[in-house]
Amino acid sequence: MLVIKNLKANVEGKEILKGINLEVKAGEIHAIMGPNGSGKSTLANVLTGNENYEVTDGEVLFDGKNLLEMDPETRAREGMFLAFQYPIEIPGVSNATFLKTALNEIRKYKGLEEITPKEFLALIKEKASLLGMDDAMISRYVNVGFSGGEKKRNEILQMLMLEPKFVLLDETDSGLDIDALKIVANGVNIYKNPNTAFLVVTHYQRLLNYIVPDFVHVLYKGRIIKSGTKELALELEDKGYDWLIKEEEMEKV
Amino acid sequence: MNIKGFYIDKFIDFEKKLNGESITNFHSFRKDAIAKFKEIDFPTTKNEEWRFTDVSPITKQNFIPANLISKIKIDKSKVEKIIFTGFDFHLLVFVNGIFEPSLSEIKDLPKNVFVGSLKKFQAEKEDLFYKHFNKIVSNDTAFNFLNSSFSVDGFAVYVPKNIVLEKPIQVLFINGSEDENILISPRNLFVVEENSQMKLIVNYNGLNNQKYFSNIITEIFIGENAIVDYYQIQNENDNSYHIEKIQAIQKDKSLFNQFNITFGGEIVRNDINSKLDGEYIETHFYGLYMINGKQHVDNHTFVDHAKPNCMSNELYKGILDENSHGVFNGKIIVRQDAQKTNAYQQNKTILLYKGATIDTKPQLEIFADDVKCSHGATVGHLDEVSEFYIRSRGVPKELAKSMLIRAFANDVIETMKITELKEQINHMIFQHLHQIEI
Repeated sequence: MLVIKNLKANVEGKEILKGINLEVKAGEIHAIMGPNGSGKSTLANVLTGNENYEVTDGEVLFDGKNLLEMDPETRAREGMFLAFQYPIEIPGVSNATFLKTALNEIRKYKGLEEITPKEFLALIKEKASLLGMDDAMISRYVNVGFSGGEKKRNEILQMLMLEPKFVLLDETDSGLDIDALKIVANGVNIYKNPNTAFLVVTHYQRLLNYIVPDFVHVLYKGRIIKSGTKELALELEDKGYDWLIKEEEMEKV
Repeated sequence: MNIKGFYIDKFIDFEKKLNGESITNFHSFRKDAIAKFKEIDFPTTKNEEWRFTDVSPITKQNFIPANLISKIKIDKSKVEKIIFTGFDFHLLVFVNGIFEPSLSEIKDLPKNVFVGSLKKFQAEKEDLFYKHFNKIVSNDTAFNFLNSSFSVDGFAVYVPKNIVLEKPIQVLFINGSEDENILISPRNLFVVEENSQMKLIVNYNGLNNQKYFSNIITEIFIGENAIVDYYQIQNENDNSYHIEKIQAIQKDKSLFNQFNITFGGEIVRNDINSKLDGEYIETHFYGLYMINGKQHVDNHTFVDHAKPNCMSNELYKGILDENSHGVFNGKIIVRQDAQKTNAYQQNKTILLYKGATIDTKPQLEIFADDVKCSHGATVGHLDEVSEFYIRSRGVPKELAKSMLIRAFANDVIETMKITELKEQINHMIFQHLHQIEI
């Protein structure tokens, strides 16, 4: 589904991604782990088209299409979704207006009819209840006055509504207590199916107890320095990143 | 002939048309005004109060006083298109500053309440009229004297004590002529006595795209413990000039909420002033201006804290596109007696295009020592991270911008208490900025 080849990217002129190679197939869950500043969030932003990140080299194919040529809205309509680490507040725009607008843009792109207000309301109520969210939040302004946990939950609601093929979770576990974390993970597990793929960016292993990855990659200084299965995450939890970093430095020498 | 000479000549024509009215007290007031007008020059950018606003395009042209042209006929259907709807209200319609009873609709009113034209108020309640008329405002520019010289009408509201006027009063001004550039000089007065409440919606509109000049004075008396919500929506045409002075005086424990929403006008200058002449008064000034093209909008506000224990709060927000120019000058005086004053002021501006500019100037003069005062100004662009967030959900760039403009305007719009009005103003924001509506 997603093929990343030798991807390099700069932020404010500084090279952050230094040649990423990764393939994610439909139905798979990949986790990207790594210490702070290793380039995890950069990767998520580059894949979803944030214009503050400059791609300098490499290629990304999304179902065979050149992803890097598309603007952010086209990537979303093609099925890319990023659950933000810090979701944005939009006062004056209700969750319902926001999601209906987004959903209809995606439907239009796919040549589908716009959703009727009635169908939309039924759909959003159904998805919200899956996440234990109160109906009242539907008419509240996007993320305004939401707690950290509610904002993350709202990201997952957006995912359930927009039904993307490829989901990036950027540090979705940060700032979440264990109950909120379970709810968010549950949303992901409900949604996961053989036609979707996930890339879970996280600093800690904890989230991976609930969203179980098929593969784990360690990102360090803009490169993937080790890949493995879910056991690698446990090993990292146990031993930290230092041993891997040392191995990496040794190899360089 | 210079422009002042033009108006002085037109005053003679105007007097001739007045016939019997030219011997009234009101006319001697006008005669005083034209005499003062002769002595004073129009402000220039050398005047500190007009530093950022060049009015020479207004003073270089002849505008024929509206009283001297034949009456413009307006259809009811035109009125229905431009008024705010969806709620119950009294409607006063003015065409080029003159009351039009056939288009207006004043519903049942409590006893002794007056809602109508200034002219009628003067005739029916002469004592009250002279008690307040021209007593609240001080004329200090050639524009003010020009207004006074040619003033014949405007809206008048009088609410005696202990009355809550439930329905808002909507005042619609339709301005402009078919083929001439005209001067419109409304003179408005509203008096709300002790322990009474009212809501007012004033809606200025252009008839077509013909140039005109609206030159307005509005006086407001807010009695003890009275509450006034005043929503002003200025939607003049983009070729017009709009110069307005609003002067309020507030008594003990009164509350005044003033909303100044500006969409139209090529050159706009608003002076919005309140004198807090009592204790425990609250004053809120909210401003929102959305301009584009070559529009120039200058908002000068002045909150005069004369007595102790009062609170004023001011929030002005501008959304400036293309080559538009905004000016904000917020003056607050805290006089020596006005201990325990709380006075806050903020001006926030979003520039949507590199050609747009804002001059912002807080002016705090504090003579009391036990006060809390603050001011702040920010100027920025729409937030890129927010725009990316919205686009990353499949929403196109232009629509994402619309949402962010709506978000920026929210803390002003959200404060309005009439839901239907809020929604219609929302709609106007997007219409005026040529942005897509959400």
